[in-house]
Amino acid sequence: MAKSSAGFDWISIFIYLALILFGWANIYSASLGSSSGSFFDLSQPYGKQALFIGLSIFLVVIILSIEAKFYQRFSSVIYLISLLSLAGLFVFGKTISGATSWYSFGSFGVQPSEFAKFATALALSKYLSDIQTNIRRLDHQVKAFIIIALPAILIVPQPDPGSALVYAAFFFPLYREGLSGFYLVTGLSAVSVFILTLIIGPIWVSVAVLTLGILLFFRKRKKRPGKVLITLFVLISIGLSFSVNYIFENVFEQRHRDRFNIVLGKEVDSRGIGYNTHQSEIAIGSGGWLGKGWTEGTQTKGHFVPEQHTDYIFSTVGEEWGFVGSTMVVLLFMALLLRLIMLAERQRNQFYRVYGYSVIGILFLHFLVNIGMVIGIFPTVGIPLPFFSYGGSGLWGFTILLFIFIKLDSDRLSY
Amino acid sequence: MRKVLLYITILTTGLIFIGRLFYLQVVDTSLAIRSQDNAIKVVYDYPQRGYIYDRDGELMVSNQPSYDVMVIPRNLKPFDTTEFCNILNLAREDLEKKLDKARIYSPLLPSVVIPQLTKSEYAILQEKMRKYEGFYIQKRSLRDYQVDHSANVLGYIAEVNQKIINENPYYISGDLIGRAGVESQYEELLRGVKGVKHIQKDRFNRDIGPYKDGIYDTLPEKGKDITLTVDNDLQDYGTKLMKNKRGGIVALEPGTGEILALISAPNYDPAKLVGRSRSRNYWELYTDSIAKPLYDRGLLAEYPPGSPFKTLNALIGLQENVVDTDDSFSCNHGYAYGRGRKLGCHAHKSPLSMIPGIAQSCNAYFANVYRRIIEKYPTPQDGMDAWNEHLKSFGLGQFMGNDLSTGRPGKIPDSDYYNRIYDYPTYKWYATATLSNAIGQGEVLMTPIQLANMAATIGNKGWYYTPHILKEIDGTPIKEEKFTKKNYTTIEAKHFEPVIAGMHEVYKSGTASTLRIPGVEIAGKTGTAENFTKINGKRVQLTDHSIFVAFAPVDDPKIAIAVFVENGYWGSRYAGRMASLMIEKYLKGTITRTDMESWIMSHSLEDEYAKPLSGEPFIINQ
Repeated sequence: MAKSSAGFDWISIFIYLALILFGWANIYSASLGSSSGSFFDLSQPYGKQALFIGLSIFLVVIILSIEAKFYQRFSSVIYLISLLSLAGLFVFGKTISGATSWYSFGSFGVQPSEFAKFATALALSKYLSDIQTNIRRLDHQVKAFIIIALPAILIVPQPDPGSALVYAAFFFPLYREGLSGFYLVTGLSAVSVFILTLIIGPIWVSVAVLTLGILLFFRKRKKRPGKVLITLFVLISIGLSFSVNYIFENVFEQRHRDRFNIVLGKEVDSRGIGYNTHQSEIAIGSGGWLGKGWTEGTQTKGHFVPEQHTDYIFSTVGEEWGFVGSTMVVLLFMALLLRLIMLAERQRNQFYRVYGYSVIGILFLHFLVNIGMVIGIFPTVGIPLPFFSYGGSGLWGFTILLFIFIKLDSDRLSY
Repeated sequence: MRKVLLYITILTTGLIFIGRLFYLQVVDTSLAIRSQDNAIKVVYDYPQRGYIYDRDGELMVSNQPSYDVMVIPRNLKPFDTTEFCNILNLAREDLEKKLDKARIYSPLLPSVVIPQLTKSEYAILQEKMRKYEGFYIQKRSLRDYQVDHSANVLGYIAEVNQKIINENPYYISGDLIGRAGVESQYEELLRGVKGVKHIQKDRFNRDIGPYKDGIYDTLPEKGKDITLTVDNDLQDYGTKLMKNKRGGIVALEPGTGEILALISAPNYDPAKLVGRSRSRNYWELYTDSIAKPLYDRGLLAEYPPGSPFKTLNALIGLQENVVDTDDSFSCNHGYAYGRGRKLGCHAHKSPLSMIPGIAQSCNAYFANVYRRIIEKYPTPQDGMDAWNEHLKSFGLGQFMGNDLSTGRPGKIPDSDYYNRIYDYPTYKWYATATLSNAIGQGEVLMTPIQLANMAATIGNKGWYYTPHILKEIDGTPIKEEKFTKKNYTTIEAKHFEPVIAGMHEVYKSGTASTLRIPGVEIAGKTGTAENFTKINGKRVQLTDHSIFVAFAPVDDPKIAIAVFVENGYWGSRYAGRMASLMIEKYLKGTITRTDMESWIMSHSLEDEYAKPLSGEPFIINQ
């Protein structure tokens, strides 16, 4: 036992602690009423969050003391429980602000979708590390896809499409384990064609795609993809481009169109749908180099940014800590993610590595979508900033997600 | 490739985020300004404007509360519109229109629905106010005039315009500022200093407490009460005397330079420029280009002073030692000079020495004195400048440096002036060319306040305090050196004796002998000034202006006065009578000569003023 333990990765743990504590300081500021009570006033979000943090530390101790093998062995069970808890919402769920995403226990609610992430990560890792699984095979790809898609399908109708979007993060472990780059190129091409069409229109996109196809055609035979493939790529892209308008106008709902239009700068509506983004940008922009100081943010105090202590918590950082503070947070996340890649890459056990990549993918997608939204370069999608945003389920979900991996990493020498 | 994809993605994302943050927080400063706009509300706390008292402590101007009915459309709840309209005496459609307008302006910010309620309207509304959610009453302070005269002295207050806001950062749109009169001159004393509160707002525009616990907030400083030097009773009386006439009365206290009375006619009730009908009334006054009620004739009208100016030439003659009190000059219905030119004079004994010369206002006498002054020097230029220097020491031909919001310098010509108009040295000019100056006509112009100050200076025998209108600030007498330091003229005190004697003689036996007040000895001088207007481009003479300057009592002057009545004909006819009545009113408090008083009050010069506008030929000096 002593021989096989390599100790915990304190760098990750320190970054984790720094993020939750700084996060709490900002939640305190964002939820501070006109009268400042005790730091642990349980009727206020900052008081509750302090309790959540305390419980997280307790969770960490439990997670780290459980045998690493347990997670591998019981991953399927955990996954099944998670799916059941999501399905149960349709019967027992409590509706809060339009979404039936909660089980209610007195004054506290539990959001199972936050826990489904690590459960899915465990299940996917288990499947991919199975000696019989070959991710290059289409039928195995479909099975992996089903594992990932099941929870997402259960989450979408809550409705919580933001949380469902997070499951795209599992592309990263799949790709690392050998999934064809074809999917990446296809996906990115489709997104690019879609967005470019919205900006410059289908005709110019078609011209661009044709040009690209012709250039590919004249490359050296060795490096050139097949002629059929190039032709298909060009035809499908042009087809997609011309149907974008139809999809945008008929499949999307107005609020989705609005969100795209705001980010693309086509619509300036700072009172209606654009209000959140606009207020968030004002708050961040008013911070300047060094910010206005903790609890001194005028936008934060005035509660100009809706949901500021949850999804928009980063705008408080921007206003009160300025460019220096918000860059620090970005750097902390980058440091954590890069550190976790290093950890994942040093695993000899494939289960450990796939799980590591799943953790990284999930954290990165939250980081990308949340901060991107708050600073106005990504459409509004309501997902929290890990370790930072207010919310017990979210904090615990991310804590469990991260610390299972830290536990697994400490066990790497047993392989 | 499979290992580096995530590295690249994470690094790129981080860099894009940091770049975007740098743009939002460091490069684009407009967002920081927006944040101040919508999160911090600045509220001003306006102090009471200071009161204005007359020299005896009588209240002239105070404040009255005025009540604006305000609305915040977002907070409106359904209410009994019929009752609301009845209380405010308002048509239902008007109310709807006003509310729509407020909604369009902003659903969250307050708008005025009905401005400036009367006290009684307010009293009824106040009881029922709780029933009208969304409405509230905003109290404002307006001027409350205790007098119906002296608008030219007091001035008025009005909202600041964009120019003032640009020039003076103290004021913001909607602030009131003193315009004209002492309201303008002593704006900073009267207004006090407004207090500032910074209030943190939330996104619903609600106040959620002081910004940074109020470290940037200041308390308002109350406006100061001021006491003017004018006498309320004298102002009131002079205004009544001037009814239906045009002109100005200026009275000074020679011993202090305090302005006892400053009357301009026609004038208006200062209360007209307060309240709901302010702008309509102001427009009426402003566009009256014939009577010009906003034009303060006591300070701005530059008239040829006429005969009273002769006293100054007598003083200069004595000081320059070119004439003796016993020197006599003959007068043959005037003074002949040059090639057959003559300065006319009326019939009187001849020859005359100085005292009777002043008493009879002999043009020939002063023509001689004036020529001697100018011709004492080797060139007429030197003579003219010496003469000009003496007059300057009386504060003539220049701004007096008083504390009135407006004024004119008048005109006293010098050698440069004549060199210019005669194109010297191509053409030469001599004393005779400027001979009209001898009798206060020609190029000499004075304002009524300068005339009054001249009388005060003669009464003081050679010195004067700069006239001023501020006596006390919050009960403390002013100490400003400008108004408490004597200005000495270039004339020695002894030379004033014969001039005063001459002016006294005017009153005892001369042109003003009909104006006598029992028990009061006056030194005065009548004036009758020719004046012209243009009708269809043609120069047409109008009835003479009636002028009188005086001080009394002769031995110890307590009041110096100048009265100017446009087209009032000879000096003692209107101006003399008014001056005499004003002096009696001030010195004795009561009027013994009620027949003279009622003659003045019942006589109108409106017919005279209508003549040049009638378009028909008319006769002057009837």
